[in-house]
Amino acid sequence: MPEILDQARTQVLGDGVGLDEAGVLAVLNLPDEHLPAALQLAHDVRMRWCGPEVEVEGIVSLKTGGCPEDCHFCSQSGLFTSPVRSVWLDIPSLVEAAKQTAKTGATEFCIVAAVRGPDARLMKQMREGVAAIKAEVDIQVAASLGMLSQEQVDDLVDMGVHRYNHNLETCRSYFPNVVTTHSWEERWETLRMVRDSGMEVCCGGILGLGETVEQRAEFAAQLAELNPHEVPLNFLNPRPGTPLGDRPVVEGKDALRAIAAFRLAMPRTILRYAGGREITLGDLGTRDGLLGGINAVIVGNYLTTLGRPATADLDLLDELKMPVKALSATL
Amino acid sequence: MTTTELWCDRCGDPAPAGTAHPGCASARELEPPRYCHRCRRRMKVQVLPVGWSAVCVEHGEIRG
Repeated sequence: MPEILDQARTQVLGDGVGLDEAGVLAVLNLPDEHLPAALQLAHDVRMRWCGPEVEVEGIVSLKTGGCPEDCHFCSQSGLFTSPVRSVWLDIPSLVEAAKQTAKTGATEFCIVAAVRGPDARLMKQMREGVAAIKAEVDIQVAASLGMLSQEQVDDLVDMGVHRYNHNLETCRSYFPNVVTTHSWEERWETLRMVRDSGMEVCCGGILGLGETVEQRAEFAAQLAELNPHEVPLNFLNPRPGTPLGDRPVVEGKDALRAIAAFRLAMPRTILRYAGGREITLGDLGTRDGLLGGINAVIVGNYLTTLGRPATADLDLLDELKMPVKALSATL
Repeated sequence: MTTTELWCDRCGDPAPAGTAHPGCASARELEPPRYCHRCRRRMKVQVLPVGWSAVCVEHGEIRG
């Protein structure tokens, strides 16, 4: 057994204290023959500190495309030659999407907009949309609207948005290679305001942007410092027309190593499978990740791409005897 | 552009056979269409948790 896994067994599984950056890097550098042991330990940590439940979420794009920012992975930037056009979702369709999501057994519904930050029109649409959903659908509403002012944070709390997603995307040292129109620190400031407001913080990122394995460890440590309620873990799905459109996808074993490492860095967080798992891990890898530290999934489609049918994930959870977290357990 | 020519609904390049290119067809399993296969216009696409809709200003809406 590698020394780092012995250390993690005592420190993380036993005491609930996550690995530091050096420890995460050691896990990320484990040879393939030790990957099953790392995944098993990460699974044990998840079961001990989070339990067997899996949180299921659906997401929808309220405002697609035409974003003024230049996040190099994103097909919704208006600065690239992506084929994604700008489109708004109307309130009845938003409510219908929430109903579709609730039918899967999901307890979370995240409303997302491709913007630098919300303007008055978007905040008005959010207020009307969240109220309409709460009137008709039994589901928790989360939001992801970019960078916020303190007034907007307060407005979202007033609407009843219980969790706010704002991904740091990658580590601080690599961020300028991925985004040039705003800074990592600006994102951190929004996260600080969200945290102080009492909303749950959802913050993760994307692996495979060209970061080194050392920077992947740096990212895990920075997320652990933030201590978010939830960490969505995406794997780059290279999008045509974006600056990262020709990057290779993350190798399956590297993705699984990252899942185990991030779990060992953050034993108590909700670690969610987000975009890209279909092409990076496939069906078998998806299963391995759920047995290697993951305890939440996005079901159904993503914002501009499609996911596995929700039934495929729900059937897998049933087979693995992992109960879907009930709504009452999240309130 | 002629009314008889067909286009790949993923990349927008000519697709005389009337279907997406092999690589595009594979990618399309996890993507909605982006171009109208009849006129090559970029469509307004809304992805939903279950399904999607794509609207061509000339040829109307398709759903999947």
